[in-house]
Amino acid sequence: MTSLLNDLQALQLRRLLEAGLPLAARPYQVLAERVGASEEAVLEQVRRWSDSGLFRRMGLVIKHRALGFRANAMLVMDIPDECVDEVGRKLGQAAGVNLCYQRPRRLPDWPYNLFCMVHGREREQVCRLIEQMLAENGLYDVPHQLLFSTRAFKQCGGRYAPPASQVAAHG
Amino acid sequence: MDDLDRRLINRLQLGVPLVRHPWQALAEELDADAAQLRERVQARLDDGTLTRFGPMFDIERLGGAFTLAALSVPEARFDRVAEQLAAMPEVAHNYRREHAWNMWFVLGCATPEGIAQTIARIEAETGLPVLNLPKEETYHVGLHFPV
Repeated sequence: MTSLLNDLQALQLRRLLEAGLPLAARPYQVLAERVGASEEAVLEQVRRWSDSGLFRRMGLVIKHRALGFRANAMLVMDIPDECVDEVGRKLGQAAGVNLCYQRPRRLPDWPYNLFCMVHGREREQVCRLIEQMLAENGLYDVPHQLLFSTRAFKQCGGRYAPPASQVAAHG
Repeated sequence: MDDLDRRLINRLQLGVPLVRHPWQALAEELDADAAQLRERVQARLDDGTLTRFGPMFDIERLGGAFTLAALSVPEARFDRVAEQLAAMPEVAHNYRREHAWNMWFVLGCATPEGIAQTIARIEAETGLPVLNLPKEETYHVGLHFPV
């Protein structure tokens, strides 16, 4: 059994990972030096976090606008509660749908309970894709709206690790 | 951007193996040089094509909370309200959308209480009601952009 990190080292590691994985041949060795642990312990901790679902993958966030994905539409639909799970699962698998969530209605201001995000290069292409998706799933007549984004004001990752003082207080 | 850049970005969006030499593993897969792959990623981070490279955290698992929220902002005040939100560290994204609810943003906080407090603060500072739409069910999360 590999000896893992203490609480403070684990928190430090999480903070470092929020900034990203170092671009080094042996990134976990770099992190290990910074938190004062072995490469094995750091890698094992990262694997455990991954296995437990703390993060989905060690991957990449692209600035989709910079890569030409400028048409960003939020499709919102008012789906009867008894079939929202079935419709959500189906639309979640549809081509071009990046995110699919159920959210609460807020009547009378907001009657929609199913949200799909669709990103594409051209607005027309996204509209066609969504029309086709609605038609194929027999949803063309459900109340729906398409909200295209026209400007991005802020796009950044948050910081979620608790302050070190909280860990120290429990430690 | 050349063919290797494209293959690299598409591959990295799927996630890299959690091994001691991840770049060596990718280099073998992509038939490229490991150091060159790292240089390419660094160049794309530097030019802003890529936002970050690292773990994609599940915020709820971190004990944190997330919500999607919207405001209906009078046109004349739009930029000012956008500035107010941009100054709040809890606001992770903010988009203008074509709708009466014209400002859509994501809040990320360390705790669920933090979300409620942040919404109260936005309502107090802007004088506008916030439409709070936390997710109730996730059917698909797969932000993949083939380039």
